[in-house]
Amino acid sequence: MITEKGVWNRLRTRLLFTGPTLFAFITVMIIPFLYGIYLTFTNWDGISTTLSLVGIQNYLAVFRDIEFWKSFGLTLKYVFYTVVLINVIAFMLAYVLTKGLKGQSIFRAGFFLPNLVGGIVLGFIWQFIFNNVLVYLGQHASIQSLSTTWLADPDKAFWALVIVTVWQNAGYMMVIYIAGLTGVPNDIMEAASIDGANSWTRLRKMVLPLMVPSFIVCIFLSLQRGFMVYDVNLALTKGGPFSSTQMVSMHVYEKAFLSRDYGVGQAEAFVLFLMVALITLLQVYFSKKLEVEA
Amino acid sequence: MTRKRVASSVIKFIVLTVILILFIVPFVFLLINSFKENMAITSNPLSLPESFSMVNYMNAFDKMNYIAAFTNSLVITVLSVLFISLFAAMTAHYFVRNNTKFNQYTFMLMVASMIIPFQAIMIPLVKIYGSLDLLNSKWSLIYMYIGFGSSLAVFIYHGFVKSIPKELEEAALIDGCTRVQTFFRIVFPVLMPTTATISILNVLWIWNDFLLPSLILVDPEQRTLPLSTYNFYGTYTVDYGPLMASLVLTIFPIIIIYLFAQKYIIQGVMQGSIK
Repeated sequence: MITEKGVWNRLRTRLLFTGPTLFAFITVMIIPFLYGIYLTFTNWDGISTTLSLVGIQNYLAVFRDIEFWKSFGLTLKYVFYTVVLINVIAFMLAYVLTKGLKGQSIFRAGFFLPNLVGGIVLGFIWQFIFNNVLVYLGQHASIQSLSTTWLADPDKAFWALVIVTVWQNAGYMMVIYIAGLTGVPNDIMEAASIDGANSWTRLRKMVLPLMVPSFIVCIFLSLQRGFMVYDVNLALTKGGPFSSTQMVSMHVYEKAFLSRDYGVGQAEAFVLFLMVALITLLQVYFSKKLEVEA
Repeated sequence: MTRKRVASSVIKFIVLTVILILFIVPFVFLLINSFKENMAITSNPLSLPESFSMVNYMNAFDKMNYIAAFTNSLVITVLSVLFISLFAAMTAHYFVRNNTKFNQYTFMLMVASMIIPFQAIMIPLVKIYGSLDLLNSKWSLIYMYIGFGSSLAVFIYHGFVKSIPKELEEAALIDGCTRVQTFFRIVFPVLMPTTATISILNVLWIWNDFLLPSLILVDPEQRTLPLSTYNFYGTYTVDYGPLMASLVLTIFPIIIIYLFAQKYIIQGVMQGSIK
């Protein structure tokens, strides 16, 4: 590569090419992240201009905050069910929709549709479905489990949230799986089928191992989205009834901005970060081990 | 085709159609109820509207301050996406062509930062930018989107810049182009498909984002479309007609775009995932 002459010219090019990105990246991500770690050791209440260091008190408060662990446990349960359901459904849809079926692009477009709409709007739409449409159906068709709204029952409200999340995300992951499946080389599939492998064997012994990279991406994305869920949660149940569906992200928000307990809120956000980082790194590490070459 | 294969693809087709209906039906209920009066909605949410009265829409359109919210969303999304793509492409290009240890580490830091959840940053972000008196402005919000969006964009561009032959740029440099000219005349046009992918991913995210604007934009006249919808919903909780209409109004622009750019959107998401 030809480089500029002189230190100043080189510096100018560097600043021009990387300056805007790095400046924004550092001031928006890195400094707040580091400052956030510092905040976890202070007693900031959101108003006062002075901070004092309180050591690890906030972290001790996190351990004593029963509501936090309740919402964290609930989030784990929610993440587990949504990740499994999203990926199973998305993979099956993708598998069927890469077989050259008539109208497959219409199906793809339709399944992807919920992803275009923001979580707030999706949450409100489903609130209406659960509170009005399904209740009406339940009462007029005498379906006991639907005759009262799911959103008022703590256990059912959780499943309502799972259903909406799966409905929202399955189409997105399906698109990623379709991209992966179109990358599976046709000739080796044909060779296998000439050698007498039936479609089930081909799926299990060849397609699934070759699809590991797609699984890594999709599971990573659905894990992250699951842990971070906020707007669907807010619009659908507002964490209710009796904060029975309050996911960890909403809990952190309320701790900080509504209870004005910024130090503890930030400490909880940081604990959340550590857990998510650990889980996603483990996931990527173990999936990488399964990867094969075509 | 054998009879068995025909039968199996018919079954597949029927099952897929049923699932597709399940995916679409919430939007259909939303649409039919947006034309109905409150009484008609609560007494039977399944019935079709008697007439296509636009009263709910006019109501929602006014009270949501729709035009202002739409304009805010549009300005924020377009400018953020533009700046993210341009700056990230330049950065990725520089990193690939000046592959020094320092640049490698900076790149690694950006990639690693993608694991940081927004919740871990939001409190200090509000504190820092609040104390600098930079909240409540769409320009701050655009700036933050550049900060949050650049990691993934640089990462995706990085992969593609590597596939551009170096000789192409060297020829341009020898012909007398400066590095900036080389970038804008040769590299950026070649990266167009990648730019399309990155823009699609970022539009989907920024247009629909709720939590960050809700923390940054406090004034009612600054609100984006999702904020305005949320706020409208909070104040009119029992008036179902206008509520349904407000949701339809929020979805409407993106559905129109989807009808025209469907192929590109799905392709964009596909390509964004491969890297």
